[in-house]
Amino acid sequence: MKKIYSVLVENRSGVLSKVSGLFARRTFNIDSLAVGETEDNKVSCMTIVSSGDDRTLEQIEKQLNKKLDVIKIKTFQEEEAISRELVLIKVKYNKSNRREIMETCQAMKADIVDMGKYQMMIQICDTPERTGLFVKLLKGISIVELARTGTLALSKCEI
Amino acid sequence: MNGADAIAKCLIKEGVDTIFGYSGVAIDPFWNSVGKEKIRTVLVRTEQNAGHAASGYARTLGKTGVCAVTSGPGATNLLTGIATAYADSIPLVCITGQVNTDQIGSDVFQEVDVTGAAESFVKYSYLIRDVKDIPRIIHEAFFVASTGRKGPVLIDIPCDVQLQKIGDFEYPEEDPKMRTYKPTVKGNTVQIKKVIKVLENAKKPLIIAGGGVFLSNAKKDLRAFVEKHQIPVVSTMMGLGVLPTDHPMYYGMVGNNGNQYANRAMRECDTLLMVGARVADRAVAAPDMTFEGKILIHMDVDPAEIGKNVGPTIPIVGDIKHIFADFMEEDFKDKHETWVNMLDLYRDSMKEEHHSDPEFVNSCAFVRKLCHEMRDDAVYVADVGQNQLFSCRNIIMRDRNKFFTSGGMGTMGYSIPAAMGVKAAERDTQVIAVCGDGSFQMSMMELATINQYDFPVKIVVMRNEYLGLVREHQHYSYDDDYNMVFLGKDPDLSKIAQAYGIGYLRVENMGEADERIKEFLSDDTTVIMEVMVDPMENVSER
Repeated sequence: MKKIYSVLVENRSGVLSKVSGLFARRTFNIDSLAVGETEDNKVSCMTIVSSGDDRTLEQIEKQLNKKLDVIKIKTFQEEEAISRELVLIKVKYNKSNRREIMETCQAMKADIVDMGKYQMMIQICDTPERTGLFVKLLKGISIVELARTGTLALSKCEI
Repeated sequence: MNGADAIAKCLIKEGVDTIFGYSGVAIDPFWNSVGKEKIRTVLVRTEQNAGHAASGYARTLGKTGVCAVTSGPGATNLLTGIATAYADSIPLVCITGQVNTDQIGSDVFQEVDVTGAAESFVKYSYLIRDVKDIPRIIHEAFFVASTGRKGPVLIDIPCDVQLQKIGDFEYPEEDPKMRTYKPTVKGNTVQIKKVIKVLENAKKPLIIAGGGVFLSNAKKDLRAFVEKHQIPVVSTMMGLGVLPTDHPMYYGMVGNNGNQYANRAMRECDTLLMVGARVADRAVAAPDMTFEGKILIHMDVDPAEIGKNVGPTIPIVGDIKHIFADFMEEDFKDKHETWVNMLDLYRDSMKEEHHSDPEFVNSCAFVRKLCHEMRDDAVYVADVGQNQLFSCRNIIMRDRNKFFTSGGMGTMGYSIPAAMGVKAAERDTQVIAVCGDGSFQMSMMELATINQYDFPVKIVVMRNEYLGLVREHQHYSYDDDYNMVFLGKDPDLSKIAQAYGIGYLRVENMGEADERIKEFLSDDTTVIMEVMVDPMENVSER
């Protein structure tokens, strides 16, 4: 099972290491991790995606709660949240595959954000599922470099 | 006033009267300032023992123990002391000196990242970078260590911060307000009602009490509840002493090293109320234990403990003392008399006789005799190894006796420094450290500290020239292929005693035991009693 943890922490040095150290120490998985300041510069938001059985997923939340740098934890399943991931991909292109790449980008709503003589850089911002699919589609073409942010997620708005 | 003066003033405000530790350049400003205050300092002989001594002190008085050491090797030596306290939830504030702020990260002399190293076994840690933060941080550290699930808090202070001038010194009076730390104290009313209802309907209720009962100072409250409703109690190793051994409602220690009748009670009960016990492998893994078909109630101040090892039917988070006070207000009629009668029968019929070579001292019988002779207020500190298991299986506790040991970590060498801490806390208490010849040699350097500060400890050394418990393991698991367990050529303890100017007694067989034990406990001086036990004796007879 997968679960998303949106963890508000004190924006202090060493906190990232304390939180990631907890996962290592208790052999919890980190599928992805994204960290950044919130609207309050004293607070950071860590979005952690983890997977495991029910007991592990419950322990993750409880153990995180014990950390004295953790202010608040929200957890949700993928379908309860809007989640996004940004991926930058640098690919090699040539005359014969240029059109195919561009069509794929168009179909997947990805943007070409930089271009050189033989290389172009593509940006996609979408759900982790769709970014994953996009990377898969590009795998046939030679990928030079790839960087992704990890999942960001907020729970859906109340209706 | 500099930073170190401020720390010393903070410690006075927190009611600290004793600090165990070791010196070094990076912590020198601190000791210099502490020397000006009315605080007793105890120089141990290796830093690990400063942690254990502070632990013994904390457990005796139910307040936070304090130790302080220097940077680098001083700090790393202390790590085992910190981890040992963490595993048993003992409140400590551990202070380490650190190299100057501008040198941190450059691998200078005696620099080590101690907050990083200790992260997974401290409740919280601080690296003080600004002298102005000192009062807040010290105040928070004591609050965090001593509330909720207690534990060690580490404060790392660079030398230059200790020496910096601090302007106004103001110590906060109220409990610190921390948005990230709000321990649950009161139990949820709905859950309490649920538990009472379950206990009312239980035909075979059983309470399993762990170390949490002492940590929340709830011994009396638990006893009152148990006596009111005649609910049988078993304890974990850390829970030994929750009830006197001869209390009619006490049915021994559970676990794979526990009493048979206690484990049988646990197997057969229908409702199990776990109070301040971690439910870890060694503590609760009774042979053939299964929780299926039982109603499991888990009471703990730490929500993360609940469901970590076994999934409870009813979780109840809060301070045990508070919850039992709430329980007492609920009235119900218990209906489990036959169950109590049955357990009595088990307890009477399953007397464990331990047979050993008559050439040697019988460890079990020896522990019982020792307990018989010790004072009503004595503190029994067991080390780790066969000595610990023989101790806890045979110990006889009266109401005021206390039993300390390193339960969670199983740290060898704990007993002597912890016993020292007991003496530092209560000079008139009788304290007996029971160790093996392995564990004795891990902390015998503290005999010097014992002498220097006049902390007389009665030291029992169960001598078998083996690391007995591991030898026993190799006997059962490796078919007597013994490796790295033979101590051989043990030092002549009578000469060690002579070198330190302390008493020495030797017990060769059971015939001498009574007389020697009486002599051993006859006064308040440090005595080593060497007890010759069978090298091939096993705790568990399979």
